[in-house]
Amino acid sequence: MEKVLLVDDEKEFLEIMAERMGARDMNVTTTTSPKEALKKAQEESYDAVILDLMMPEMDGLETLKELKKKNPDLQVILLTGHATVQKGVEAMKLGATDLLEKPADLKILTEKIKKAHTKKMVLVQKKAEEKIRHILAEKGW
Amino acid sequence: MNRQSDAEIETGLRFFGKMTASVSHEIKNVMAIINESAGLLEDYSLMAEKGMPIDPERLKVVSDRIASQIRRADSITKNLNSLAHSVDEFRKSVDIRETLALAVGLTGRFADMRSVILDFQPPSDFPAVITSPFHLLNLIWQVLDFAMDVSGAGKRVGLTFEAGPKSVKIRFTGIEALTNPPETVFPTAKEAALLHMLGAAIHQDAEKGEIDLVLPKDDRQQVTAES
Repeated sequence: MEKVLLVDDEKEFLEIMAERMGARDMNVTTTTSPKEALKKAQEESYDAVILDLMMPEMDGLETLKELKKKNPDLQVILLTGHATVQKGVEAMKLGATDLLEKPADLKILTEKIKKAHTKKMVLVQKKAEEKIRHILAEKGW
Repeated sequence: MNRQSDAEIETGLRFFGKMTASVSHEIKNVMAIINESAGLLEDYSLMAEKGMPIDPERLKVVSDRIASQIRRADSITKNLNSLAHSVDEFRKSVDIRETLALAVGLTGRFADMRSVILDFQPPSDFPAVITSPFHLLNLIWQVLDFAMDVSGAGKRVGLTFEAGPKSVKIRFTGIEALTNPPETVFPTAKEAALLHMLGAAIHQDAEKGEIDLVLPKDDRQQVTAES
């Protein structure tokens, strides 16, 4: 089951998405506040964060930057009402996994979440292997 | 209308672009909710096909949500239409109450983005001025943009108006971080050009936290801030 954090200032959008994604066996947490999202992402481990690009309190790109600063391996998919090429490029440079334009097809979003989940698993495995290799080298076994 | 300078045309185009971009973003948000609501109905029908019972109340929630989003889209589109028609004539009788309501409607998303509340409290009268509706909207936006930036901890900008014999005063209130002398230069050359074009004047009162935009009842008669 994929664990997803959904961040958007449209409360109704969050409610429907949570219900639909929940029905697809995803464990969804929602928030309308980017600041709360940063807190949640620090407290819990998510397979993917779906982030709106334009929000009050904090710009989506700024939130993305903060999220990646705290956890560079975090998979962040941006969902936006109007994605200019410039914003898209900026988002990718900041480490976004993907960018989707609203209204998005849930099938496509689900695929991207699954891909993000796999990518996260690979990164976790890689880190674990590195850790073991480091221990082995240190202990000289 | 007098011949406009390139800078004035640029200010107008930037305003038009900013408003229409914001409106399109809002429409996209509405479409996203309607799209997901349709998807949710599809999910329910698939569940029903599999013999799972669907609570009719859940269907009602979705249908109410769609109806509410359609009303929202209608209001957004009406505002966009009014903005588009504001360039039909550059000198006409303009209802101040309607114009302020339109300005608040168009700029609501910018206020939300800054977590500022726009509080429009119109009095009971319906004053009109003869002016350029598009340039008036642009000027109201420029003042609102500045007022929101200096709204301070209160994060609330009030709007009202007051009609005099020769002028109408649009009052922006609750601007807590307005300083004397101002920390930010306002009005800038951009607003000064609009004020000149509309024969209007601006008066800032840092103590009261208010900005008055004074419009002549006829834009061929220049007013002062004290009018």
